[in-house]
Amino acid sequence: MRSIDGAILDLKRLDLLATGDSLIHRLDARAKVLTTLVFIISVVSFDRYEFTALFPFFLYPVVTASLANLPGGYIVRKIGLVIPFALVVGVLNPLFDREVLVRLGPLAVTGGWISCASIIIRSVLTVGAAVILVGVTGFLAVCQALEKLGTPRTFTVQLLFLYRYIFVLTEEGARASRARELRSCGRKGLGLASFGSLIGHLLIRTWLRAERIHMAMLARGFTGEFHSRQVSAFGWRELGYVAGWSILFVALRLENGAQWLGRLVTGLLS
Amino acid sequence: MHMADALLSPAVGGTMWGVAAGTIAYSSMKVKKELDERKIPLMGVLGAFIFAAQMINFTIPATGSSGHLGGGLLLAILLGPHAAFLTIASVLVVQSLFFADGGILALGCNIFNLGFFPAFIAYPFIYRGIAGGEPGKARLTAAALIAAVAGLQLGAFSVVLETVASGISSLPFSAFVMLMQPIHLAIGIVEGLVTASVVSFVAAARPEIISAAAPGSLAGVPLRNTILAFLVAALLTGGVFSWFASEKPDGLEWAIAGVTGSEEVTGTEDALHTMLASLQEKIALLPGYAFRETGGADDKWAELGHPAMAPEDSGRIGTSMAGAIGAAISLMLAFGIGFALKRQLVGEK
Repeated sequence: MRSIDGAILDLKRLDLLATGDSLIHRLDARAKVLTTLVFIISVVSFDRYEFTALFPFFLYPVVTASLANLPGGYIVRKIGLVIPFALVVGVLNPLFDREVLVRLGPLAVTGGWISCASIIIRSVLTVGAAVILVGVTGFLAVCQALEKLGTPRTFTVQLLFLYRYIFVLTEEGARASRARELRSCGRKGLGLASFGSLIGHLLIRTWLRAERIHMAMLARGFTGEFHSRQVSAFGWRELGYVAGWSILFVALRLENGAQWLGRLVTGLLS
Repeated sequence: MHMADALLSPAVGGTMWGVAAGTIAYSSMKVKKELDERKIPLMGVLGAFIFAAQMINFTIPATGSSGHLGGGLLLAILLGPHAAFLTIASVLVVQSLFFADGGILALGCNIFNLGFFPAFIAYPFIYRGIAGGEPGKARLTAAALIAAVAGLQLGAFSVVLETVASGISSLPFSAFVMLMQPIHLAIGIVEGLVTASVVSFVAAARPEIISAAAPGSLAGVPLRNTILAFLVAALLTGGVFSWFASEKPDGLEWAIAGVTGSEEVTGTEDALHTMLASLQEKIALLPGYAFRETGGADDKWAELGHPAMAPEDSGRIGTSMAGAIGAAISLMLAFGIGFALKRQLVGEK
């Protein structure tokens, strides 16, 4: 039960972060969506045995999160939740790919372990980028950016409806579920039969609510379009942001930054 | 069953983004044209309902574990294929942004796997086919069960294909199929039973919702057309994949042969050739992962590893050590810069 309430709180917290005011927050949402896309494509386009070249990419999430003043611990926890799923698939790689690729003294590292490590680093980077995108932009602005970038309006409008009502309906669902749990002794009564009617009731209430909402919106002059008070434009600042990061990502994709840095340092030391 | 960004190559992810975007555009057009505007808020609110429903668990008989509703088939029954597809897609958008289920690049795959199959295959051809107009309880349960199982099997198979085509995971095709299909058989049976129980409850309590909501707007479209469209999509996808996956230097060599009249180029042109070839190798989105014959481990490391990682014969440990040291330093640098920026921001306030 705590998990449902916890999940709602978590969702609210991530969305609240977007109300912050920083250099990054003030950028047009399109710039942030595009930069995130370039970042993710650069990261996942590496070959499966690439490991070290991924590390310089941490620069982007860390710098963005810091500039936007996002709470680091919260972001790390959010990313940490997803790692087990990456591990489930990644950990099978060492079983199937046993060819030794690197020997560090007596330690033989197989291709499977390298690609498994690579999958985990990829997950951290891509999930981090998505969480940070919402944290610095907010869901409404992401939707508006998607619409300006060409997504059909029918889709974005119902996406906004969905987002608005997640909070209302999950709270309602959590109450219903808590009530059922309190009335069932142990495991009894938590089965499929009660679930069907519980969800069915929730569904009927939802349906009637949607009709009422639509009537109310029509009465207030809704024409199938949401208006926003925020005006933002894609200006030079946004162009610089997208271009600057993209050039860096492409450069790091083409040249192994970690290798270069390592050579520089080991060269200086020896 | 969500695909993750980390297992996906840009070619596969990008192709599936294209497929998903096309289907969204088509469905949006259909919804706008065929249905009244009232459906749009309804779709959004039902999407939110799916979230709420997914958070409520039930115990699965005889196993002691608990499950939850997926909702794809339920939405298709309530809204019809096009509106249901859009609603599932928007649920997945929110999941990828807020819960990091899947990921942004994997969104296209997930929308296709979890949205297309229940909405455009399982519902119109299997569920409607078996349930007909006004099904009794047994008939409805059978229809939901078979449709849910079929939808999930197709979706799971599609996950396997996308993962194997991406070539990031080393899981062989057969092992992955043997892993995914039975698990999703079990999930599909549970999903079918749950869907049937919710639909029959609503049908008993508020029959007008079910009868008004299921226009089955694919009904007019014969099966043949859909299969044809599916084939075209498959060919297109295959074509794009193989274009990305084809051996890289072909295009370049062909171009050079055209310019110089022979494939052998000498002198300064040779330097240019190597430079272009290495550049092309670096920007190839899908390195020829599985199609290349590999020699010993050395060759494999040189071929599959990034060119910058490919060692000279000597000093391989040297280069990989440099890589490891560099990785550690870049990580420290990144976090150092972040920390400094944050300190500065706090200082300003």
